[in-house]
Amino acid sequence: MTAEIVAILLMYIKAFAVGGAICMTAQIIINFTSLTSGKILVYFMLAGVALTALGLYQPLVEFAGAGATVPICGFGYLLANGAIKGAEKGLFYAVSGPLTAASAGVTAAVVFSLIMALLFHSRPKRN
Amino acid sequence: MKKGNTIFFANKPKVRSYAAICGSKEREGVAGRYADVALADDMYGESTYEKAECKMLSNAVSLAVEKGGLTDGEVDALLSGDLLTQIISASFAARDFQFPYLGLYSACSTMSEGMLLAAALVDGGYAKNCVAATGSHFASAERQYRYPLELGCTRPPQSQWTVTGAGACVVSSQSGAVRIVNATLGRVRDWGVTDVNNMGAAMAPAAADTVIRHFKDTDAQPEDYDLIITGDLGALGSRIFKDLLWEKGYDPSRHVDCGEMIYKVVEDEFQGGSGAGCSAVMMNSYFFSKMQAGLYKRVLFAATGALLSTVSSGQGESIPCISHAVELEAGYDG
Amino acid sequence: MTGRNAQNCNENYLKYVSALAPPTKHFKNCLSAFAVGGLICSVGQFFRYMLGYAGLSGDELAGAVSVILIFFGCLLTGLGVYDRIGRYAGAGSIVPITGFANSVTSPAIEFRTEGYIYGTAAKMFTVAGAIIVYGVFSGVLVGIVYCLL
Repeated sequence: MTAEIVAILLMYIKAFAVGGAICMTAQIIINFTSLTSGKILVYFMLAGVALTALGLYQPLVEFAGAGATVPICGFGYLLANGAIKGAEKGLFYAVSGPLTAASAGVTAAVVFSLIMALLFHSRPKRN
Repeated sequence: MKKGNTIFFANKPKVRSYAAICGSKEREGVAGRYADVALADDMYGESTYEKAECKMLSNAVSLAVEKGGLTDGEVDALLSGDLLTQIISASFAARDFQFPYLGLYSACSTMSEGMLLAAALVDGGYAKNCVAATGSHFASAERQYRYPLELGCTRPPQSQWTVTGAGACVVSSQSGAVRIVNATLGRVRDWGVTDVNNMGAAMAPAAADTVIRHFKDTDAQPEDYDLIITGDLGALGSRIFKDLLWEKGYDPSRHVDCGEMIYKVVEDEFQGGSGAGCSAVMMNSYFFSKMQAGLYKRVLFAATGALLSTVSSGQGESIPCISHAVELEAGYDG
Repeated sequence: MTGRNAQNCNENYLKYVSALAPPTKHFKNCLSAFAVGGLICSVGQFFRYMLGYAGLSGDELAGAVSVILIFFGCLLTGLGVYDRIGRYAGAGSIVPITGFANSVTSPAIEFRTEGYIYGTAAKMFTVAGAIIVYGVFSGVLVGIVYCLL
């Protein structure tokens, strides 16, 4: 029992550290290049795709769990993983695989955003 | 009379009345104490930011006309503009009035361009009373030039905050404690700054260019003025402006910047106010009332504008800037 | 080019301006990015455990976790909280999947004034569209390469 709790706590620490480190890397890049948030998101997602394709991201996901899947690189991981899994079944599934894997996230973003847009107004900011 | 790029007004048109409306953030600073209306709510009871901006501008104009004891029929023209595409705020605000309207676009220097054109019309005898007005709204400007308000992005430390507010003044051939003596027309200057967040650095050369040409044309020295007011250079831009004046051998110690003054605390995150409303609010509240009270006698007002659009910056163009200067005088004899 | 070369595109001036640029607070920015980013990932890990106990696993689990996080990202954006967090946390709130949700919801809410079709719906992916485009494109590329290998 104690061992299990320790393992869970360790997992949280690993998720925190890895996720935090990915965000900190992005922040360092922003600090030195003043890239906008949209560009940062695209670059990190592409980095996730590339690392997954090279087989380097899977170990990180196994190591840090949500620490590796929650940052936008995890989205890239999902896309690339879908493609790699689909490739085993043939070209059609290799091409449709990425979006199929990412469909939950994209659907959620679209549906929830539309709901929020119906519910909320933009409000003025003061700082 | 004209010398260089400076027009000397023979009849010295007067600033008959002025009015300013400022938003809730500005309310806490200098502008809040001197503006006619300080809003508690930046929406101003409207459903969109653009409508709120339009309403501020419209109300500033009608307040200025009212304070000058004029009726719609006595105003010969409204010279107005704003930052939005197709200057919608100004044009839509002009729907509310019976007098003619001339739309201007000079980004944040619209206030001084409006004043100088109004003075030229009045001085030439083509008009008796002209209204110069402009305004801006933080949210509408942010929406057009940057990102949606709710997007969680960080503001770089050199960025400025667009002022929510509007100002208007009536330039008249008749009464008024402040008069417009001359005006220097701006040239578009572009020293290659491409960072859209660093407006101060982009605009400082244009401001320095206009102010120095003004000194040359009028054979004046900076010491002859009580104040040299620039529009919205912000803290960083003001420093560059001062350096540029020093470099040419002019003493910049009388220089103040509306953008630097308008907020209560210039937080270290950003450099102060910007936007057309910045100089419009400060001139039409604090500065004109202090001039009327006799605190400042001779003032040079050079609002600065960055003439960029999202398209031009998207294509990697640098930022061309302009600055028009008007010299104001108070406490004259007669 | 006309304007820029005709005038003084002043290299010295640009150097001088960049020398004057206000300092970025590297340490503070990085620390808050690390803390907030780590925290969001820990919350993700929490949901992973909770849904794991509820019996989900594999792709289903990963999908459900990101859907929940996206929901909270959208909700906090709608409530006007996310941009506050973003101001403080920088990349810490941009890079997690909640930041993606924020970049979809913020234009959707903001452009509501232009109508539900040309405003909310059409502008929804002004920021996030690039992620989908390059994500799908690079994903397909990976798929084809793996297929050929």
